[in-house]
Amino acid sequence: MTEPDLKKMQTELQQKMGTRLEITADRFFTFLNIHPADLLVLMKELRDNYGFNYLANITSVDYGEKFAVVYHLYSIPENHKIAVKAYIDRSLAEIDSVFFVWPTADWQEREVYDLMGIKFKGHPNLIRVLLPDDFEGHPLRKDFDMKGVKKC
Amino acid sequence: MALKDRQQQDDVELLSKHNILVTTVEKLWNWGRAHSFWPLNYGCNCCPIEVMAAGAARFDMARYGYEVVRAVPRQADLLTIAGPVTIKMKPVLQRVWEQMPEPKWVIAMGNCAISGGPFKDGYSVLPGADSFLKVDVYVPGCPVRPEALFHGMLELKKKVERGDY
Ligand code: SF4
Repeated sequence: MTEPDLKKMQTELQQKMGTRLEITADRFFTFLNIHPADLLVLMKELRDNYGFNYLANITSVDYGEKFAVVYHLYSIPENHKIAVKAYIDRSLAEIDSVFFVWPTADWQEREVYDLMGIKFKGHPNLIRVLLPDDFEGHPLRKDFDMKGVKKC
Repeated sequence: MALKDRQQQDDVELLSKHNILVTTVEKLWNWGRAHSFWPLNYGCNCCPIEVMAAGAARFDMARYGYEVVRAVPRQADLLTIAGPVTIKMKPVLQRVWEQMPEPKWVIAMGNCAISGGPFKDGYSVLPGADSFLKVDVYVPGCPVRPEALFHGMLELKKKVERGDY
């Protein structure tokens, strides 16, 4: 896929998704800001029709009112990258799991769940991965209270 | 000097003429222990890199006789804790420590192992290895230079030779 192809992909996706997709960019990434309800549709589209066969990274950002879940996708054969961003409500903190699109999402989603407390609907085994099983709270949330942490 | 003492001294001199040395078993053991620690290294982060440097040719831990680094706690008598101990690692380290045969010692290497270092206020790092183990020698530094680690080991050597552990 060449640079014009990427542009074409963006227009095609924009047409398909309409107002539920907003495309922004910074120096490093093009961001596809997608409504969380359409996440899986977009992801499958990217994998099957545009060759993004590698999910490099899942992370999340705490913006206060909202969380953003960020996916970094690469196309190994085409050597392209793109970022997908979905904003979800803090009160709900729930989003579809992409485990069945890229199985590598398994542990990455568990990590996001562990540290940020975002629940991934449809994940087969959503338990803590880094912190001890009896840890309380999700420490990367901005409102996490250190007082609850018992050491030794 | 009392007669008995003089007699004893004569005995010792006589024996040494025949290449026989007299000491207590405990002292002999401690001499051996202090000259050949068998370390077990625990590490996470940057201090273990210095431990590797300490073991390699430029610094060469073998000069002091401490190069028999074990991969098994059951053969080790010195636990070198390099780097922070996390809440999740604590039970593992505890178990490793309990598997080591007596007598055994602990060196806390680096600020992290001493007090939690820069990660002290984190949600997952313990405030130092001495929060659950009895540490014999603290070696400060971030990271600890190999020379400093050797100094720490030689301090421990003195301690063991004195039998004060
Ligand atoms: S004391 Fe410093 S160098 Fe050593 S593990 Fe901690 S942060 Fe790394």
